Amino acid sequence: MVATAEQTAEQAAPAAGRSLWADARRRFFRNRAALLGFVILVFVTAFALFGGALAQWSGEELDYAVMGQVAELGGPSLATGHYFGTDDLGRDLYARTVQGTQISLAVGVIGALIACVVGTLYGATAGYFGGRTDSVMMRLVDIFMAVPYMFILILLLVMYGRSITILFIGVGLISWMEMARIVRGQTLSLKGREFVEAARATGVSAPVIIARHIVPNLLGVIAVYATLLVPLMILTESFISFLGLGVQEPMTSLGALISEGAGTIAYGTTWQLGFPLLFFCLTLFGFFFVGDGLRDALDPKDR
Amino acid sequence: MIAYTLKRIAIAIPTLLVLIVISFLLMHAAPGGPFTSERELPPQVLANLNAKYGLDDPLWKQIGTYVWNIVTGFDFGPSFVYKDRTVNEIIGAGFPITLTYGLLSFVVAVTVGVSLGVAAAVRHNSALDYAAVGLSIGAQVLPNFVMAPILVLVFTLWLGWLPGGGWQGPETWIMPVIALSTSFMASIARITRSSMLEVLGSNHIRAARAKGLPEHRVILRHALKPAMLPVISYLGPAFVGMITGSVVIDIYFSTGGIGKAFVDSALNRDYAVMMGVTILMGALTITFNLVVDILYGWIDPKIRY
Repeated sequence: MVATAEQTAEQAAPAAGRSLWADARRRFFRNRAALLGFVILVFVTAFALFGGALAQWSGEELDYAVMGQVAELGGPSLATGHYFGTDDLGRDLYARTVQGTQISLAVGVIGALIACVVGTLYGATAGYFGGRTDSVMMRLVDIFMAVPYMFILILLLVMYGRSITILFIGVGLISWMEMARIVRGQTLSLKGREFVEAARATGVSAPVIIARHIVPNLLGVIAVYATLLVPLMILTESFISFLGLGVQEPMTSLGALISEGAGTIAYGTTWQLGFPLLFFCLTLFGFFFVGDGLRDALDPKDR
Repeated sequence: MIAYTLKRIAIAIPTLLVLIVISFLLMHAAPGGPFTSERELPPQVLANLNAKYGLDDPLWKQIGTYVWNIVTGFDFGPSFVYKDRTVNEIIGAGFPITLTYGLLSFVVAVTVGVSLGVAAAVRHNSALDYAAVGLSIGAQVLPNFVMAPILVLVFTLWLGWLPGGGWQGPETWIMPVIALSTSFMASIARITRSSMLEVLGSNHIRAARAKGLPEHRVILRHALKPAMLPVISYLGPAFVGMITGSVVIDIYFSTGGIGKAFVDSALNRDYAVMMGVTILMGALTITFNLVVDILYGWIDPKIRY
């Protein structure tokens, strides 16, 4: 009887009419890995935004009680108020991990946004105009993709001062090529459709067609790849910060914290590596799972 | 085939020139010259220094000389910080080391990754398959700079099996190679597995089985070659990733490779060395991509330009 009732509900639902997005949302929340990733991301974001309220120390003051004896006294403990222990200088690692997570998330999201905007505009333009414009533009992308960008980005950071703005923009600007390729492919298949033809027939200009008719139809694809880009941006930023060339003191990021922790493991202060690493891995897992889930949900033909 | 190869080479050469010119212009446009320091130099000294390094020439001449020296003599000029060393000497000291563990890591990543992927696909839905999938998901969040400290923690500090750094012999190679290859091995395993699964379901495999070929022949002779196409197209990005990752390896394991020279020059603002390393790495990448492209065209007869 229960089965029958469910079947009736299943059959009745399409009659009520589900939008593309509602359908995708349903598929997404049925996917266990995606759901887990979503929960992880909510937790990490909450930690980054509100975790600071629970800290008993700021990330910048030194705890003179543990200074010099960090390995013995600076471990994680509720009594001292250092939930994650302290770093090598006696600063509260909990507060610093909160700040590091904030910066890493911000770099990831802003970098992915920049990559998305540039990649979408570039790819949609190349795909829409087609012909020689397209082949020149995509040949350029091929050339750009063959360059080891990490070196160029570090070159930029060193020459123009290690500012966080350059880091944010640079991380995004080195990653738009893949996006441009995907968007171009989708645009090629969209531009022959009737609604684009109709728009062109009524005299709408090319930029307006791209912005109003092509891009909105690509939002699903863009959302999927944007989510998958975020962890790559976080990886890039952490890589640079690990080398000491990214985020500068007193600011910190997860990569910088992992670097500090990795430098001190020989003294027995494993927590200095462990906690930043935990949040780093959780964040990456969350984004990868949500990205994969979104891809399955928004791109059903790919399953 | 020959036309295709020539066409690829014709693209690779301007790419390299563009890379050199862009990094030169970046360096030229950077605020503060290479001799800007806390201590203000007398103008005459500065003029002499600029003349010595050719920095008072017009821009086009500087670029021309720089490119010409690289192309004809593989000469990257003098270091701006170490007065008695050339960029070639600095790079030359570390390059063999980077090349050794880089190639080892590449070979390990490809052989282990492909074997694991093929095994997982052949034993689809077995414990081995699940282990391979689990490993490849886990390794996504274990890039080289995460693997390196974890390896040192476990194998040097807890177990005491391996030295924590240096470059004195094969036992110091183990951890750098594992740290550098793990995430790429996992990606290769995942790509191999899914493309192998797809190939194994196709008609020509059914035909090969139907005519009674033993299973190992079906897999090695009929399935492996078409299944390798997506793997080969991933080799280019994997190579870039490994070259980039070598910087972390050199810093964390003190292996003394080229990455150390790069980060040191970045901290010293030694533009000449930074540019030398960037251009060398770019040239390696472009050459490698060229080889991959040609290999791809050779394996996949459908590719025609």
